[in-house]
Amino acid sequence: MATIAERPSVTRRGGFSPLRRQETIAGYLFLLPNIVGFLVFSSIPVLATFSISLLDWDLIRAPRFVGLDNYIKLLTADAVFRKVLVNTAYFVVGTVPAGIFLSLMLALAMNANVRGIAIFRAIFFIPVISASVAVAMMWRWLYNTDFGLINLALTGIGLPAVPWLSSTAWAMPAVIMMAIWKNLGYNMVIFLAGLQGIPAHLHEAAAIDGANTFQRFRHITLPMLAPTTFFVMVISMIGSFQVFDLAFVLTKGGPGDATNTMVMYIYNQAFQFFHMGYAASIAWVLFAIIFLITLGQHQLQKRWVHYEHE
Amino acid sequence: MAASVDVGRRADAAAAARSSRLGRRIQLVAAYTALGIGSLWALFPFLWMISTSLKSDSQVLIYPPVWIPNPPVWSNYAEVVRLVPFARFLMNTIIVSVTVTILELITSSFAAYAFARLRFPGRDKLFLLYLGTLMIPGQVTIIPNFLLMSWLGWVDTYAALIIPAAFSAFGTFLLRQFFLSIPPELEQAARMDGASYFQTYRHIILPLSGPALATLAVFAFMTQWNAFLWPLIVTNKEVMRTLTVGIRYFGDDAPGQFNYLMAGTVMSIIPILLVFLFLQRYFVRGVALTGMGGR
Repeated sequence: MATIAERPSVTRRGGFSPLRRQETIAGYLFLLPNIVGFLVFSSIPVLATFSISLLDWDLIRAPRFVGLDNYIKLLTADAVFRKVLVNTAYFVVGTVPAGIFLSLMLALAMNANVRGIAIFRAIFFIPVISASVAVAMMWRWLYNTDFGLINLALTGIGLPAVPWLSSTAWAMPAVIMMAIWKNLGYNMVIFLAGLQGIPAHLHEAAAIDGANTFQRFRHITLPMLAPTTFFVMVISMIGSFQVFDLAFVLTKGGPGDATNTMVMYIYNQAFQFFHMGYAASIAWVLFAIIFLITLGQHQLQKRWVHYEHE
Repeated sequence: MAASVDVGRRADAAAAARSSRLGRRIQLVAAYTALGIGSLWALFPFLWMISTSLKSDSQVLIYPPVWIPNPPVWSNYAEVVRLVPFARFLMNTIIVSVTVTILELITSSFAAYAFARLRFPGRDKLFLLYLGTLMIPGQVTIIPNFLLMSWLGWVDTYAALIIPAAFSAFGTFLLRQFFLSIPPELEQAARMDGASYFQTYRHIILPLSGPALATLAVFAFMTQWNAFLWPLIVTNKEVMRTLTVGIRYFGDDAPGQFNYLMAGTVMSIIPILLVFLFLQRYFVRGVALTGMGGR
């Protein structure tokens, strides 16, 4: 770490030298705005969420301490929560592998020395920068049963129209397809950066040894790309567990609870039904899941992923 | 097209092309096909949205569908502005996005400077704590944050939309990495000449950090422009809604009016699209940087 001035020594009486004290004060002053913001809006609220999760509180009557009752009800007696967990897992499984595969294919195509990379990248990025709300509004129209472009295309080639948003079977696939579409460019840019970081000499050497394109992909590109792939997988999983905007605007969680997700359930319990304690317990379960994914990532990364420099 | 690409930009590509011209050509055809299909797939919802936004009520429901409305009904846009306080939503979104971006740049660069350049007890522990907060999903904190807003009487105010969003661990992290890459000799010279810490931050570090600050700025702006859950929770009055919240309620009020809905959605996307087209490289750099974070 770079030091600005010679590190001032501590004086004999155990206090700081004036220079050192000045630097300490400056350090804390520079940190102050951000630290206060974090304490007030992030660190303390996480703990507060847990405290609230131990309450029965509807914002009208005084809160009542109920211990772990909310968690017990949530995990043993709430059929909707079970549905919500299954839905969220469905969404994660539906979006993450397919999203990784498709964005990797596009990144490989972009890395094949094609012309117009900047244009392609801009095109794939437009869905990424668009608000989820706007995207969901667009797709609500595309998925329209009678006049939506997707069904018109299906019936045009002789297939039956699909009641995308009004069928419990099709609503989640509709949300998943839209989510994959929206995030393709984001993952692609990360993959492209990873691909461009693979040293060219590896491919050259393999080509001279007679390895064909597929062999080079299998034995050079994939292993060298493993850290990137792993990273994309983890952030995609975490992001997918937090899905709200897309599903909320496209389907409102329906039909029935077919596309109700964890964050939507938190929102509905807290801000529609004012079950603050119950909603807080769902939030903590979500936090625990994301915490475990991050923790699992660290463990798995050590075993699976090959790093060139470490 | 394919022949001219033979002159590859990278030596490995050139070598590969020499060793198997045919394989290279197949690879290129496959690449362009994938990118072509991908681009159409990425763009067609937008084109269809624009097309629909310019159709009359009856044209929307014509079968087979037409891509180019004849005549284009530009008045749909005026109609949306008449039906909902669109200008107000736009103004709210601009106020919130710009203010949050500025505040985030200030608080993040302050903190990043302290973490990157100053020595004080507890610094490294605090930095670890920051890394930890990166992991906290915003949805976990919305309940106490909402309660705090209503306790302060901030519901339906700009303060509620702006202040809780103005602190970014990600921004601090990104800027700290960049500040660490600036050679310290310049600051040492300035400090010798009696410059204060704030002066070195203001006159040496900031001017050298243009690209990093721009990257954080476009990211903060985009995140804020597109934010939905928090504005949805802390606004009740229509006049305090941001574009995303306004569009969502408009969708509920006019569910079948797809020409109006699409016109409103187009208008909500255009500003962020312009920002993106002009500052594209900063967006891409930001994403690539988050990607590097995994290494």
